[in-house]
Amino acid sequence: MITAALHLAWRYVARHRLQTLLLAGALALVIALPLCLRVLVQATETTMRERAVSTPQLIGARGSALDLMLTALYFKQQPLPPIAMKHLQELRATGLGAAIPLDVRFHAQESPIVGTEIEYFSFRRLRIDCGKMLTRLGDCVIGARVAQRRGLKPGDAIFSSQEQVFDMAGVYPLKMRIVGVLASNGTPDDDAVFVDLKTVWLILGLAHGHDDVATTKDAVLKTETGNVVANASVRMFNEVTDKNLRGFHFHSDEAAYELSAILVLPKDAKSEALLTGHYLKSSNPVQLIRPREEYDTLMSTLFQVQALALSVLLLTLAAAAAISALVFALSFRLRQREFTTLGDVGVSPSALGLTKLFEVGIVGALGLTFALIVTLIAEWNAQMWVQILLK
Amino acid sequence: MSGISLKNIQFAYPGSPFRLQVKGLEVTPGTGFGLLGPSGSGKTTLLRLMTGLLQPQAGEVRLGDATLHTLSEAERRAFRLSEVGLVFQDFALLDYLTVEENILLPQTFRRAATANQASQARDLAERLEISQHWQKLAGQLSQGERQRVAIARAIAHKPRFLFADEPTASLDATRRSRVMDLLMEYTAQQQACLVMVTHDTELMPLFPNHARVEDFTS
Repeated sequence: MITAALHLAWRYVARHRLQTLLLAGALALVIALPLCLRVLVQATETTMRERAVSTPQLIGARGSALDLMLTALYFKQQPLPPIAMKHLQELRATGLGAAIPLDVRFHAQESPIVGTEIEYFSFRRLRIDCGKMLTRLGDCVIGARVAQRRGLKPGDAIFSSQEQVFDMAGVYPLKMRIVGVLASNGTPDDDAVFVDLKTVWLILGLAHGHDDVATTKDAVLKTETGNVVANASVRMFNEVTDKNLRGFHFHSDEAAYELSAILVLPKDAKSEALLTGHYLKSSNPVQLIRPREEYDTLMSTLFQVQALALSVLLLTLAAAAAISALVFALSFRLRQREFTTLGDVGVSPSALGLTKLFEVGIVGALGLTFALIVTLIAEWNAQMWVQILLK
Repeated sequence: MSGISLKNIQFAYPGSPFRLQVKGLEVTPGTGFGLLGPSGSGKTTLLRLMTGLLQPQAGEVRLGDATLHTLSEAERRAFRLSEVGLVFQDFALLDYLTVEENILLPQTFRRAATANQASQARDLAERLEISQHWQKLAGQLSQGERQRVAIARAIAHKPRFLFADEPTASLDATRRSRVMDLLMEYTAQQQACLVMVTHDTELMPLFPNHARVEDFTS
């Protein structure tokens, strides 16, 4: 009886495969949505946690502490008010801990350009996979995913992107020499292009070089009795080479140059407390935050949103289940003649009930299978989606 | 082996003036019985009483050794599944099953669909000229083809009692003749009892025993 009922149910479902797939798909969607939401929240938690916990303190401009954390730790592409370089110098002068400057204002296409110092690499335990570390102005090392996605290797070049299309007098693209590729560590570092702080300032236009007009052929308008008259062409220094390296220099006071944030690594608990107290003063133009606390606040909000979304999704699931039940009830009613015939032939009501149950079961199982597949796909790609969310 | 016997049957639908009364009706094994009457005269009701699908308010229906009203509902179903063949007026095929699956449906639910029975069913389909549609879905067949599948389904499990409600209504003269030959041959060979409802008086010569349903109604 079970085999016959299952066979009959399967044949009906297979014959009406489009309706079955639509119903199973709708069920799959409402089952998969809460599961995918959980997967994404968990992935966000995992991705963000390690970095937040491993960064004791962070200094940046007063304003949103969350924005500061997202920019400095995850290189999220959002404008952050800069702070002056003098704050880094002052911090170092206190001797309360190490300070690593960060400048995350520019991009090379979708990859953030992170201006920093060599200490950043050891702090984040970043290892050069191939090539070498930064050695001079205009060099960059790239994250593993940047290299993989764009097929780049040491010796290739990468351009900084123009941040504002209509700012003709603004930032010009800088051609940067790739000297190394970092080993992947599954963090936002994989998606970044790392340069020396001075290279960022060069992109910003704070440094420049001078050409020897006499030796630059296409710059000469005419030569008269030993004097060279240059033409009116605008010459852009958009690449640092071994030949023009010496021509680059900075004019203004370095203390006035700008940074996005400073990673602070206090010597000990006392230093940490002292630094916290120092930056609590409202007169201070910069703020000090503890990324761990900001992360906890963010996750707490995220969990609240998740709980709310899950409640809504569970209600949707209940509604979908009710609608599916109605669809089956109507379908069975429409097929009453068929069930009456089977009963007349001698098929028992329990066999007929089993047939109906199998039909519901097959659609439900299909829906559940689709939902699990969608959830697995979400799980496999969760890291990627979190990175996209953090951009 | 006894055939079909109806004694002092009384039946009425609740709230309906229609009354059916059968004092006595006998169908012996190996013979056919024709039930004549216009549409709505109660032919199908009488057929359903004979098969145990309806219960009379009084009287007795016997199919072979089984007195239907003494059997439980489950026993009547089991009896129908193994001993009774039904050809419904509207064929009542399952459109999402193939011709083969429709014909073997009673055996499927009796867990009796063996390879041998499938082969016999195929032979039957050949005689009814539907074997070329063996793997076609019932929903894709013409009216005449569907009717022949319904007939094949009714006799494939070799029932002792065959009830057919207008089994030739959708067939042309040639096919009607072949189907009737098959039913009469089956009845004779299997010593089965055939009760056939029809309003086609041309078929009456095939049924020396027949009755008009109007004689049983009031």
